Amino acid sequence: MIPAAFDYHRPASLDEALKLLGSLGAEAKLLSGGMSLLPMLKLRLASFGHLVDIGGIPGLEYIKEEGGVLKIGGATREFMLDRSEIVRARYPILLDTARVIADPLVRNRATVGGNLAHGDPANDHPATMIALGATVVARGPKGERTIPINQFFKGLFSTALAPNEILVEIRIPTPPARSGGAYVKLERKVGDFAIAAAAAQLTLDKKGAVERCGIGLTNAGPAPIEAADAARSLVGKIPEQKNLAGAARLAAEIAKPSADHRGSVEYKREMARVMTLRALKKAVERAGGQ
Amino acid sequence: MAKHKISLTINGAAHEAEVDSRLLLVHLIRENLRLTGTHVGCDTTHCGACTVIVDGQPVKSCTMLAVQANGAKIMTVEGLEQGGKLSAVQEGFTEKHALQCGFCTPGMMMTCTALLERNKKPSEQEIREAISGNLCRCTGYVNIVRAVQYAAEKLA
Repeated sequence: MIPAAFDYHRPASLDEALKLLGSLGAEAKLLSGGMSLLPMLKLRLASFGHLVDIGGIPGLEYIKEEGGVLKIGGATREFMLDRSEIVRARYPILLDTARVIADPLVRNRATVGGNLAHGDPANDHPATMIALGATVVARGPKGERTIPINQFFKGLFSTALAPNEILVEIRIPTPPARSGGAYVKLERKVGDFAIAAAAAQLTLDKKGAVERCGIGLTNAGPAPIEAADAARSLVGKIPEQKNLAGAARLAAEIAKPSADHRGSVEYKREMARVMTLRALKKAVERAGGQ
Repeated sequence: MAKHKISLTINGAAHEAEVDSRLLLVHLIRENLRLTGTHVGCDTTHCGACTVIVDGQPVKSCTMLAVQANGAKIMTVEGLEQGGKLSAVQEGFTEKHALQCGFCTPGMMMTCTALLERNKKPSEQEIREAISGNLCRCTGYVNIVRAVQYAAEKLA
């Protein structure tokens, strides 16, 4: 399959890319790893007059900790998460996620920023970033602004990014001691989108009660879902079975999945509950709790 | 729509081409350069029959633009054999009967070749994970895993 014709631009700097976005207007689309965009263009689900490839801009691929924050460059490839010592040592939830996104060949091209900016509720990073309380850094013609992740997703394929902005960095607060997180995904086969998946990240206090908790759901509605009530229900409580099960039920209640070849609404909502419970249990275990 | 002049290295040989923006890398390889060992299977980023190694990384060439490969070093299945001698991975595939119809084989071998470049002694689990983006619909994966283990031993 061949995409509809377009012009291709490969700016060498962010400034040049922003200028192009400004001059080309609505006909321009940013190309990062291309693992979502190129299939859409090939299937003619979308077409744009111009693609602006940010793959030639140096300095957008990195994973580093600075001042209590994990910083991931917008064009960082997914496989780099799996090979990062920092991620392996301190961000197991990111490692869980990076290992279930599409397949290894796709992860060699796909980028973390693209996974978010595409605004697809079936993508895996949105839920993870919601659970971690991440912030997205967008660069536009007037400079940089930061967008909290729970204000980033606006609907199906729609985000808070303006057409003339580029997602340049993702910032994740480094979890304090006694923290743990996990991403659990139910999929029919490797490479498929989730039937249901849940991300949970929590911190325990010295007595073993939950101090902070974040929960995100994948493919459970038209946009990625933050299960805020479910997360709040655990704060101040001991993360024992009945409390975790209660939180998982609350998460399933706000899931709004649609029926398709992956299952009925009822099945998917029930699986959202089960995945949330599993993610919470694993997160507690990794936080060193009971 | 403007054409783009690109230059790239394929299997050690330098090539120049003038391509449309929308030309896919797999079509550049198969149709412009007539290297038809790289296959088009699903054409939807699922099956991995089109896998080639770009700058050391196995990628699906049906989901990359030719113009994105400007300046890249690419290896296709035609580059595995050296001076009439099969590579260790190719030898493994023949010795361990790791193919039947052969359609997935070029992509599968490129993924396995890249794996052994990065990991000299992969475990069975690591091999299975590495090839999880390449689909085989007839032989199954047991003999493919054995072929990679054969190649790893041979290269050790």
